[in-house]
Amino acid sequence: MGNGVATADQVISAGISGNCLSRFAKSTAHRTVHFIGGLAVLFALWWIGIHFITQNPDLSQFKDFSPKAAVEALPELWEDGTIPEALKTSGYRLGMGLLLAIVIGVPIGIMMGRSRWFQQLTDVPFQLLRMISPLSWEPIAVVVFAGWEEAIVFLITVAAVWPIAFSTAAGLAKVDPNWFKVARNLGAKPWHMVSKIIIPAITFDIMTGVRLALGVAWIVIIPAEFLGVTSGFGYAIQDSRESLEYSNLMALVLVIGAVGYVLDTACVLLINRFSWHRGDK
Amino acid sequence: MSIRGTEIRIEGLSQRYPTRKVPTFNRVDLVSPPGEALAIIGRSGCGKSTLLHILAGLTKGTEGRVLLNGTEVTGPSPRWVMMFQAPHLYPWMSVTQNVGVGLTFARWGKKEIEERVTEAINLVELQEFAQANVQDLSGGQQQRVALARSLVMEPEMLLLDEPFSALDAFTRAALQKDVRAISKRLGFNIVIVTHDIDEAVIMADRAVIMAGSPGDIVHELDVDLPDPRERTDPEVQRLRARLMATFQEAANYKKPEVALAGAGR
Repeated sequence: MGNGVATADQVISAGISGNCLSRFAKSTAHRTVHFIGGLAVLFALWWIGIHFITQNPDLSQFKDFSPKAAVEALPELWEDGTIPEALKTSGYRLGMGLLLAIVIGVPIGIMMGRSRWFQQLTDVPFQLLRMISPLSWEPIAVVVFAGWEEAIVFLITVAAVWPIAFSTAAGLAKVDPNWFKVARNLGAKPWHMVSKIIIPAITFDIMTGVRLALGVAWIVIIPAEFLGVTSGFGYAIQDSRESLEYSNLMALVLVIGAVGYVLDTACVLLINRFSWHRGDK
Repeated sequence: MSIRGTEIRIEGLSQRYPTRKVPTFNRVDLVSPPGEALAIIGRSGCGKSTLLHILAGLTKGTEGRVLLNGTEVTGPSPRWVMMFQAPHLYPWMSVTQNVGVGLTFARWGKKEIEERVTEAINLVELQEFAQANVQDLSGGQQQRVALARSLVMEPEMLLLDEPFSALDAFTRAALQKDVRAISKRLGFNIVIVTHDIDEAVIMADRAVIMAGSPGDIVHELDVDLPDPRERTDPEVQRLRARLMATFQEAANYKKPEVALAGAGR
């Protein structure tokens, strides 16, 4: 390992990082174009659809569904507190539900991945439970829990726990058994296997599970808030429908989509940040 | 770093798997004095790797025992550390973190870990790569990290299971010499399992040959050569030829019928 070699390495790596930089700039430009282009196409189709529908005088009330009406309704909904309030309450329910799902799902996933016996025993019941729409539990949840608030958090947890558990188990199945052998050889205790080997090794898989769970939970939370509660995005949608404020309804739909997109993007950024897998970044 | 060697005493060690009729090896006895570098040579399947795993406490023998300075080996311990064929580094840790992982298991203080790790990294000459991602290192560098990870525990005995077989010839030669030099400087025992005659001649003070089914130690040869050892040295070549001849003789070795009858129980 002479100095000459190190210098050559530095030169090569500098060349590579230079290349990477220009490639990064290019890919960012590409992504921006796709981002704006894709959104423009979506809005154009929306606009054209409403435009043609409202050509028919009998259907003129549909003009409230247009992108223009929706965008115009946004500032008002923000200022009267509807959107900030919904962000806060729905966000809290989502966060609590996800947190519980992680607390329950990760240990279940670890047990599924570590114990063949547990995996075989639970495979059928878990696959069966997974296929039940979380909303089917709503009537039961309302009876079991004291308030609607807890019931909604429960529904989100039920929706989010499966992707997390299965992703954790799948991650664990891929863990190199030699990592355990080396750790044992260096004097690791059983809890070290969990804290120093298993958890860091599968953080990527857990977070991928959380990303999937977040997607499902965000979809489930809207209908879950249709009933019982007087806050959150689901309630706001229901409220605008009942008061026939369709421009508000469309504005809320836009916000729901945007929030989901932002949350998912944040997950992807976090996954890339914490991933040790090469080629994921 | 101050490491002392240990007397390794293998007494009547046998290993048989319930599914197999013939034991892997039967009543092996072997003594290695403190600080000795011992090579166990044999063809694949003769049980040499299993023997090493028992020495490390990672597997249990069916009969017999292993004593280190009179204490029986009953499980893995940081006092005897094994290096495997592949480095098996933790890809989410830096070089420094990988080297120090055994010390964190032993709940060492942050500062002491840092000191020891720095020392171990210097020993394997990876100073420049201390903060590197292990996935960016070459195979040889990764195996050096694995070596430092073992040395940081200051083991009395370093067990090597064909640790350089996956490396290119140049890297392999450099590491063989380095590991021997470090062991001689610090004084710990080495037990290396290999099927590479050259490796035994370059690294060991003594070579034993395992052969037969069930496996047994059929020959041993003192590798009484001055350091540093060069492959091209006529003395090294001569010893290599002798070891090779003994090895080939051993390949045709058959255990006396009496021993086999006893083993077939």
